[in-house]
Parts: sequence; structure tokens; C-alpha cells
Amino acid sequence: MPRRIVLGIRGVGHRVIESVWRLGRASHFFMLMLLKSGISMRRFHLIIREIYFTGVLSLIIIVVSGLFVGMVLGLQGYETLQKYGSESAVGTLVALSLVRELGPVVAALLFASRAGSAITAEIGLMKATEQLAAMEMMAVDPIARVVAPRFWAGVISMPFLAAMFSAVGIFGGYLVTVVLIGVDEGSFWSQMQNAVDFRYDIVNGVIKTCVFGVAVTAIAVFEGYDAPPTAEGVSGATTRTVVTSSLAILGLDFVLTAFMFRGMS
Amino acid sequence: MTSETLVEINDLNFSYDKRAILKGINMTMPRGKVIAIMGGSGCGKTTLLRLIGGSIAPSSGYVKVAGQVVHELSRDALFQMRRKMSMLFQFGALFTDLSVFDNVAFQMREHTNLPEAVIRDLVLMKLHTVGLRGAHKLMPTELSGGMARRVALARSIALDPLLIMYDEPFTGLDPISLSVIGNLIRRLTDALGMTSIVVTHDVQESLKIVDYVYFISEGVIAAHGTPAEVRDSVAPFVHQFVHGEEDGPVPFHYPANSYASDLRLGDRFA
Amino acid sequence: MQRTTMDLWVGLFVAAGIGALLVLALKVGNMGTYSAAQSYTLMGNFENIGGLKPRAPVKSAGVVVGRVVDIQFSPETFDAVVTMSIDSRYQFPKDTFASILTSGLLGEQYIGLAAGGDEVMLKSGDKIMKTNSAMVLEEMIGRFLFNKASENDGGKN
Repeated sequence: MPRRIVLGIRGVGHRVIESVWRLGRASHFFMLMLLKSGISMRRFHLIIREIYFTGVLSLIIIVVSGLFVGMVLGLQGYETLQKYGSESAVGTLVALSLVRELGPVVAALLFASRAGSAITAEIGLMKATEQLAAMEMMAVDPIARVVAPRFWAGVISMPFLAAMFSAVGIFGGYLVTVVLIGVDEGSFWSQMQNAVDFRYDIVNGVIKTCVFGVAVTAIAVFEGYDAPPTAEGVSGATTRTVVTSSLAILGLDFVLTAFMFRGMS
Repeated sequence: MTSETLVEINDLNFSYDKRAILKGINMTMPRGKVIAIMGGSGCGKTTLLRLIGGSIAPSSGYVKVAGQVVHELSRDALFQMRRKMSMLFQFGALFTDLSVFDNVAFQMREHTNLPEAVIRDLVLMKLHTVGLRGAHKLMPTELSGGMARRVALARSIALDPLLIMYDEPFTGLDPISLSVIGNLIRRLTDALGMTSIVVTHDVQESLKIVDYVYFISEGVIAAHGTPAEVRDSVAPFVHQFVHGEEDGPVPFHYPANSYASDLRLGDRFA
Repeated sequence: MQRTTMDLWVGLFVAAGIGALLVLALKVGNMGTYSAAQSYTLMGNFENIGGLKPRAPVKSAGVVVGRVVDIQFSPETFDAVVTMSIDSRYQFPKDTFASILTSGLLGEQYIGLAAGGDEVMLKSGDKIMKTNSAMVLEEMIGRFLFNKASENDGGKN
């Protein structure tokens, strides 16, 4: 019996040490990447290429999801608000929920599962097939050449994707409530414009998306770079990217919201 | 050996997790020759290549390439040195997101400021050497294993290196591709005046093309000599390796406790 | 894929992203109605602000001319100090009257500015001297009942 307890405690200790090591490796990796970003910034076409893969190819899922989320919000909001006779406030509801919360969070979650997992798998496979080692032997630093451009492309793409998500979502809400149900168009927009503040709502939403973009792509590139160079290693890393970055998005969202909107009406 | 020495390995030791992998290796590799390093799987051949390339540092001893001790170089100096050497990985390690053309052009674009027109001509010339000029638009996934290896070869001679290391260049190739690669290694070495280090366990193919052979077994150099000497060698290890015998100095069994005790004629797990 | 095609797509992507941000700023948000860069601040002390909140509109003749930026309680005068950010295009005389009003019966509260006739205009950081507090429903009902009661008393006498 005592032997089993000792084994159990040892298991816990092993996990803790392992995760602290991992955290250390991740921070070290992140600092290295930032230090070496200058090289990839000077060759911006590398980043443009990656924006194509992370940003442009994520467009369809972002736009379609945004449209549907906005339409559902409009429908649900209208159903509830019309009981109180204030269905013209549905524009406010749709816009505020999208700009403050749903736009950044849902777009980041979609981005993590679409682009984040692709980044991890790609870097992991490059490692498994010795492409990174080959690059190293060619005197080209893989962090500067492969990792940093993908990171910056993700950081640049994310705010644009979230903005498109929100804009399309509001359009979806407009379609359902104004065009289909027949809420007054003038009050839809004017109530929205009265309630949505540029500085507080939109700028804070954009700040959130930037933070999420950094978190998701940093996790994705690290998991790829740190993946064991085997098929199981890469698939495990891909799964971890999606899980870790989703949790990171939701956790960070709570912290940011608490700082940004606390004490506000 | 009359010609100038390019790679000098002196009393090289390397251990990983207290397990000694290389023990007191001494080698000299002259310019313009093809040198084979042979040995059973897991005998430390690839480790030796990584030591020469500077990816890992030795526990003691040193590797000198072109007069410089590799593991004492700063990272920048090491990168500077690596521009003079290149390595062909086991399965080519072509960049899968770049076309054949871009793969070969990769180092030229990274390390030189050559105009794109010059790069284009150079790349086509390199591809022509390996007979794949017509395939420059293909992606690596569209190539067969032998073609991928040839493209990787074209990529590794892109900047006319002094030294090319081949990590198991013959693995998984059909006989035709195999002799194509073998002849390319020989021809390129002669034509470009560089040094080739071929790590392999394909005895017959490599004995046809190399100038000198080192056998490594259990971390030490078991035998060395020219191909003719090796073929006629009566040393038991070389004989076993060259003729592919199952048992001999390289044992069939991994070191283990006595058979009887492993089949537990004891009471340890009771 | 050709680099030029890729550049084109990325260009379109960035343009669409910036377009979406502009739509959010101008069409959805209130960037179109005021901008923080060209505004000046005014202050006002109110005895009771009712349900007034930061970012509530400041209107004059029904037109939004600014926003409430900050509401603080003043420990010296025991009333509320409201800071407003007013669009620089609109200037108000020194004797402008500020009152806290409600849009509709139960709507949001805002500050209404009624311009006076003074020659001198308010400058940034000035305090509006003439203010009128919010109507609080309970007080109104209380006053109404009190008036009724005193009317009845008067009738008896």
C-alpha cells in the first residue's frame, strides 16, 4: 500500500516538473521568436504568403459563421424584446453582443481550429520529415524562416477576421430583423449607433482580438515546434493546440472583459 | 594521402544520457574523395554526421572542418561554416510547401543577393546535373522517392559546398534509382572537387563508388581501408558486414541477462 | 500558387478587413457622430443625477452635441460633478442651462443644454453654473401628494 501512495505522489511530482519545464521551454521559444522576428519583418513577402494560408483561407468559415450567428442573435433578440415592446433595440443587442464578445471570441475559436491546427500540423510535419533540421544545416534559422512569419501572419489576420465576423454578423441580424421581420430600419441603426461607442466597445473588441491572435498563434507554433517528430506526436500536438488555445481564449476573455467593461453601464 | 585534409576527427567521444555512443574516433578525410562510414543500425553513424555538422557538441575530442574546430564556433560562425557544407537527409527532406525549383533556389535566395534571372539559370543547371530539369515545376509530393532524393542532391550542391554529408542515401530505393544516386555522388564529387561523406549500410553499392571506408561498431572504428582492401579483408567484423552474415562479432542478441534468469527461475515478482 | 495571385488575395483580404473595421466604426458605432480628437470638456455640478451614466448623450435642441465622460461625487459640495465632452463645432454661451432629462417616460437619461444669451462662450474645462437636477419619480410623486394635501388643508381653512 505505502508503495502505491509513494508512486502516486511521484506521478504528481513528475507531472508538475514536466509542465514547469514545458512552460519554460515555451517562454524561451517565444522570446527567441520575438528576437528573430526582425529578419522575417524585413522579408515581408514571407508573412504575406502565410497571411494567405491563415487569413484568406479562413475567410469562408468566418464569414458563413458570422452571418448565421448574427441571424440567430437577431431572431432570438427579436423574440425576447418584442414581449416588452422594444423590438427596435434588437440592433443594439446584436451589435453589442457581436462587437464586445461574440465577434472576438467565436472568431478566435474558429481561427484556432481552422488556422491554428493547420500551423501546428505543418510545423510538426516539417520537423518530423527533417525539413527543419535540413534548414538548420543550410545555415537558415527555422525559427526566423518558418516560425516567425507564421506567428506574425496569424497576429495580423486575427483582428481583420474578427472585424469581418462582427460586420457580417450585424448584417445577418439586419437581414433577419429588418428585411424579414420588418423592424423599422431607421430605429435599428440609430439605436445601435447610440449604444455602441467607438472607444469603449469597438476599440476594446479589437484589443481583445489582438490578444487572442497572439495567444492562438503562439500556442500553435510552439506546439508544432515542440511536437515529437512522429505521426502520433504531430496529431497529439494538433489536438493540444485546439484545446489549449480554446481554453486560453475563454480565460483571457474573462480577464480582459473584467478590466475593460467593469464599472461601465 | 597526399591531398589536403578537409575534415579531421580526433579522439572524439560522445555520450547520450551516460550511454557512450562514440568512443575515441579518429578519422581524416581529404579533399575530393568519397568516404563511406558503415556500420550496423544504431551504431552512431548519424550521430557522427551531426557532430561534423555542429548540431551537437562532443563530450570530448574535436571535429575540425577546414581547419576550424566545429563545436567551439559561435552560432554565427557555425552558420557561416555551414554554408560550405551541406547534408542530404535520409528521405531528402525537401520543403513540401515549395516547388522543386524553389527548393533548389532556397539557399541561393537566403544567402545571396543574386538577381532572379541568374538564380533561374543556376537552378536549371543544378537540376540538369541530376537529370530533372524538366521537373522544376512539380511539387515534392508529386515526385517518386528516387526523384526526391535527386532533387535534394541538386539542392545540396546549390551553393557549391566543400563537403556534402549523405545520411543513408540509398535507403528505400529501387536498384535503378540506387545506382543513379550512387553514380551522381561519384560524378558530382569529381566534377565539383568536393568531399563526400556517405553514411550507409548498403555495402555493395557504396563499395563501387567510394575511395575509402570506415567501419564503425559499438562506437569504435572496427576497420578501415580502401574498397579493395575491405573486400579481401579477413577481419571477422568486416567479413560479417560485407557478406551480411547473421551472427558474428555483431551479435544477433541484444545484450541481456542470462536467458535462464529472464525466464524467471527466481522469485522476484512473487 | 503564383506569388502575384497570392499577393492579390492577401491585398483583398486586408482591404476587406479594414473595410469591416470602418463599417463597425462608422455605421455601427458612433464614430460618425463625434470624435474624441476634436472636442472640449465642460463640467457641471448637479444636486442629483438620477440614473445618468457615463457615455450618456448631451443634447441641445434634441441634437447630440457630446457625451458624458465621467461622473464623480464631490466631497466638498456634496453633489455630483459631471464631466462632458462636447464637439468643438458647437460653442455655448456662459449662461447655458444644463438639466438632466429623460427621453420618454422610462427611457435613458441625458443632459439637455439650453443656450442663454451671454456674449462670452464657455471654454474647455469651464463649469456650467446653472444646472437642474434629474427628476426622480419618487420625489415627484411625493411632491404631488404633498401639494394635494396642502390644497385640501387650504380648502378647509
